[in-house]
Amino acid sequence: MNRILTATLLIAALAVSACTNPDRFGADGMNNGAANGAGLNGGIIPGSANDPASTAYFQQAVGDRVLFLVDQSNLTPEGQATLDGQAAWLNTNTDYQAVIEGHADEQGTREYNLALGARRANAAREYLISRGIAASRLRVVSYGKERPIEVCSSEACYAKNRRAVTVLAGGLTS
Amino acid sequence: MIVRILSLCLALIGGVASVAQAQDGPLRIEITEGVIEPLPFAVPSFQPESGDAGQMAVDLARVVSEDLVGSGLFREVPASAYISTVSDFNAPIQYADWKAINAQALITGAVSVSGNTLNVKFRLYDVFSGAELGSGLQFSGTVDGWRRMAHKVADAVYSRITGEGGYFDSRVVYVSETGPKDDRAKRLAVMDYDGANVRYLTDSSSIVLAPRFSPSGDRILYTSYESGFPRIYVLDIGSVQRRVLESAEGTMSFAPRFSPSGNTVVYSLTQGGNTDIYTMDINTGQSTRLTNTPAIETAPSYSPDGSRIVFESDRSGSQQLYIMPATGGEATRISFGEGRYGTPVWSPRGDLVAFTKQNKGRFHIGVMRLDGSEERLLTASFLDEGPTWAPNGRVIMFARETQGAGGASSLYSVDISGRNLKPVRTQEGGSDPSWSPLQK
Repeated sequence: MNRILTATLLIAALAVSACTNPDRFGADGMNNGAANGAGLNGGIIPGSANDPASTAYFQQAVGDRVLFLVDQSNLTPEGQATLDGQAAWLNTNTDYQAVIEGHADEQGTREYNLALGARRANAAREYLISRGIAASRLRVVSYGKERPIEVCSSEACYAKNRRAVTVLAGGLTS
Repeated sequence: MIVRILSLCLALIGGVASVAQAQDGPLRIEITEGVIEPLPFAVPSFQPESGDAGQMAVDLARVVSEDLVGSGLFREVPASAYISTVSDFNAPIQYADWKAINAQALITGAVSVSGNTLNVKFRLYDVFSGAELGSGLQFSGTVDGWRRMAHKVADAVYSRITGEGGYFDSRVVYVSETGPKDDRAKRLAVMDYDGANVRYLTDSSSIVLAPRFSPSGDRILYTSYESGFPRIYVLDIGSVQRRVLESAEGTMSFAPRFSPSGNTVVYSLTQGGNTDIYTMDINTGQSTRLTNTPAIETAPSYSPDGSRIVFESDRSGSQQLYIMPATGGEATRISFGEGRYGTPVWSPRGDLVAFTKQNKGRFHIGVMRLDGSEERLLTASFLDEGPTWAPNGRVIMFARETQGAGGASSLYSVDISGRNLKPVRTQEGGSDPSWSPLQK
């Protein structure tokens, strides 16, 4: 409960700070075109999912996560496509850094799953680096099986829990 | 007085505990293959020898009984069956009265309270031989620590009858869990082995994992996400003071255990997605790399003499168990059965390795010899994992997680024979238990 609340507040805070950050929508040349163009459309709310420079856009439109097969850390073609999108976004929004969180499903012992999650997060990181993202912008952490997002004990849930999630940090405070 | 020598046959491997019920032979529990018949005993309420010890006298006998019955090797003859009463600790025993109700062992005790000091005396009688078994013993402690006095009596009884060390005067540190699977809160807790006297050692603001006792039982190692990344901490149980064991930026460290000397920590360190085993001098922070492969190498555990380390690796393509010298070097694979093997823990006797096995979608706690032979699975469920040994090497505690959206983890214990599987009482959910050495 607390985490959900915290996350909600965080997103709200990010949205507010995006509105009030002059760098992002003023002096930041990289975003000017998109922001202005969107502004002319009148439909863009900065920081929301239809603002291409927002974390919400990254999470929803680009896709912040890639999924893995059982006990695997190889990237699937779908995963590579998602990471290509992430790389393009990160190459555009250069003031963001990211922590890539690796996760495992509950089938497995705790220590092994921590190490497996690290392999997955690292696979995503290496791929982003190969697409031109500076290694210094990308950190990894593994949660093993400690943070499932789906709670059933079947493949439908396991498939979503075997994931590497790119969590953005920074950017809006610069 | 003739000191009775109990003959004990300990077939530890493949052993199934049984009780020899020879009513005209010596009082003994023979641990061997065979039929299981718990040994019947009587433990009348202890004698209060000071005015305010009445309730304590009742409670002590109750906890002694709970310990012995809980071991699965003993059965209590209820007080309602008693023919004799014990009204004086030094009065002669009416053996015939205890024999008549088939109490093979009789435990008597006395207790006195003086200020905050508790004195407990006990005697153990072999009813069918009509003789005291060993000498009477006296323990002193604090009134608050009265349960420990009961555990010490029970350990002495257990030890005299089985010929093995006891395990009741011990503690367990574990992860106490609340909340649903997708928002689980975890904090460290320490309790007596039987679930009494729970004390919380951390709050649940960060994920904490896998606490492990030091050989002296006064400190624990554990993994916490306090910094945002998994790091190893050492915590003093008495003061609850903790410090992080430093590791390089961009790495994760976890799965720590103490060496038998208590001066070295063996653990896993992950760098760039690769997990290897390292040791660290706990005082200087100096670390040494023991494995160097692209495989996942984790869950290290020292042999009791400190010369070797058992660990898991997927270097063969799947999770298996290996033993290597404590300084690193060539590792020998010991698990060859069907399925995957993880979380090996060396027994305090040095003769067995306990492990978690996954096979065909089920999890098992098992034991095997050091060469991998005589593998024996003790449990089976949707998810059993993380065995820890009782100080006498006869009992294993582990965590069992139930299936599905409402799944929760709780602690269980089981004999190394696979008998006496039962839940361990905890206030909240529990995982990652670590059993302390016998307390001093």
